[in-house]
Amino acid sequence: MPSTITEKILANASHQKEVAAGDFVVADVSYVMAHDSTAPLAIEAFNQIADKVFDRDRVIIVFDHFFPAPTVAGATLHQKSRKFVTEQKLSGFFTNGVCHQLLVEKFVSPGDVVVGADSHTCTEGALGAFTTGLGSTDIGGAMATGKCWFRVPESLKFNLTGSTMKGVYAKDVILSIIGDVGADGALYKACEFTGDYVRNVSVASRLTLCNMAIEMGGKNGIIEADQKTVDFLGGRKGKIFKSDKDAVYADEYDIDVGDIEPQVALSPAVDNVEPVSAVEGKHIDQAFLGTCTNGRLEDLEVAAKILKGKQVARNVRLIVTPASEEIYFAALERGYLQDMVKAGAAVCNPTCGPCIGRHGGVLAAGEVCISSQNRNFTGRMGNPNAEIVLGSPATVAASALAGKIVDPRGYL
Amino acid sequence: MRAWKFGDDVNTDVITPGRYTVTTDRKRLGEIAFIEYRPEFSKQVKEGDVIVAGNNFGCGSSREHSPVAIKAAGISAVIAKSFARIFFRNAINIGLPLYVSEDADKIDDGDDVEVDFKTGDVRDETKGISLKVKPLPKFMEKIVEKGGLVEFLRSGGYDNV
Repeated sequence: MPSTITEKILANASHQKEVAAGDFVVADVSYVMAHDSTAPLAIEAFNQIADKVFDRDRVIIVFDHFFPAPTVAGATLHQKSRKFVTEQKLSGFFTNGVCHQLLVEKFVSPGDVVVGADSHTCTEGALGAFTTGLGSTDIGGAMATGKCWFRVPESLKFNLTGSTMKGVYAKDVILSIIGDVGADGALYKACEFTGDYVRNVSVASRLTLCNMAIEMGGKNGIIEADQKTVDFLGGRKGKIFKSDKDAVYADEYDIDVGDIEPQVALSPAVDNVEPVSAVEGKHIDQAFLGTCTNGRLEDLEVAAKILKGKQVARNVRLIVTPASEEIYFAALERGYLQDMVKAGAAVCNPTCGPCIGRHGGVLAAGEVCISSQNRNFTGRMGNPNAEIVLGSPATVAASALAGKIVDPRGYL
Repeated sequence: MRAWKFGDDVNTDVITPGRYTVTTDRKRLGEIAFIEYRPEFSKQVKEGDVIVAGNNFGCGSSREHSPVAIKAAGISAVIAKSFARIFFRNAINIGLPLYVSEDADKIDDGDDVEVDFKTGDVRDETKGISLKVKPLPKFMEKIVEKGGLVEFLRSGGYDNV
């Protein structure tokens, strides 16, 4: 039977010859991840099921949502998770990056099944793996058993062709798709990105595409591994699966990315997407560059080039959080961080930063933040009376200079 | 039981804003359900009340604090046209009953809704109508029958399926 890459990976992990959309399977998981916000509940569930994790090298805990702890409550949760890491002798415990970035840098290989207690675990599928976000109890169960049940999802195929115009990036492409498909347009489905655009862009850009699959309701984002993936893995081996030509898709979208302008998603919904020209001139108070969506080296590079030798507008604070220590050092070596700091940016340690409103970068009432993150829900950045506008790193950097939302193409 | 009605795409930042979820205390989580979006909710909700909603209820983050908060607030069931998938799994896993019904929007805020948890029948007594409810897949029924994933895994788990 012709199959999609998602079906093939789930068949392999559940020791079956083939599976089809709609089947329920119990799959072996390659890695199980939780972060400081979701681990405590996962540990509570785990403790009721087992005494020992299924594999101390395959259960990963990352402190990224509020590290270093900003409150006693946060420190107390950290203490609980640290105790678990020590007791279970976990080899994978990190405080130096966003969980998804650390997983792609250090662990995930093509063909893996990865579950994480964070909805943006769909990001890692850009390496040709089945990766999905789950809640804490599911993660506690997977820590105990090394297994997880799944309903094999129907797949959507996004065939992306052509090349973007200057000043348009993967973030603009995925925002444009979400605007068309809607917040539940991919509900429960695998979002498979393919086409020459996807083949031609970097692994970092592919991660940006897959990262936002959840914002249209998707179960996982996935891209077939190729030579670029293999080079990125740096020796990590996996099993490369590819979709059959006549595999069945619930829907297919053919998109020429050359038609896409820089995009923004306006408060309070990610599918509330407009071309940046529709809101040019809208005042901003904060600009945020970072996160699992857009905190990678190429994102910092484009922003640093825009900011170099200039000054952020007086009415704007610019916050930058590289997505991992590796990216932080690479950006430092290339001078990007220095350029951004000289332009007025506050560069913070590699974490989720202000994205979830729990660790600095909180907004006052009536304020507007342009951000490279993936969600603009009411109250997301800590104040229900503030607005969040999503855009590409270039749009964030250019807007920070202008003190208002601008089309980045005039700043490149 | 009183129905609390919500719209489409109710996200987890609305149900349990991030800065309030720095705890695993169930009682506290019950107090913060919809704390900014609908501040009267946690003060007025009564044990056994139900939530009705439109499409994609619970979208956004994977935070299990959201269904935990709803359950801890006293809500006995959520009836919606559709649910976001992580929220759906989380609710099943922690034993918060969910019902998918195309008719969910026929229920108005404040209606008296009765749920028969044995048969899965949902009735709006105010309007005198029964809702068509989509049955759960068999696999998930087994988890529900055990009262959630923890009990399911403690009692043989995947060896039983």
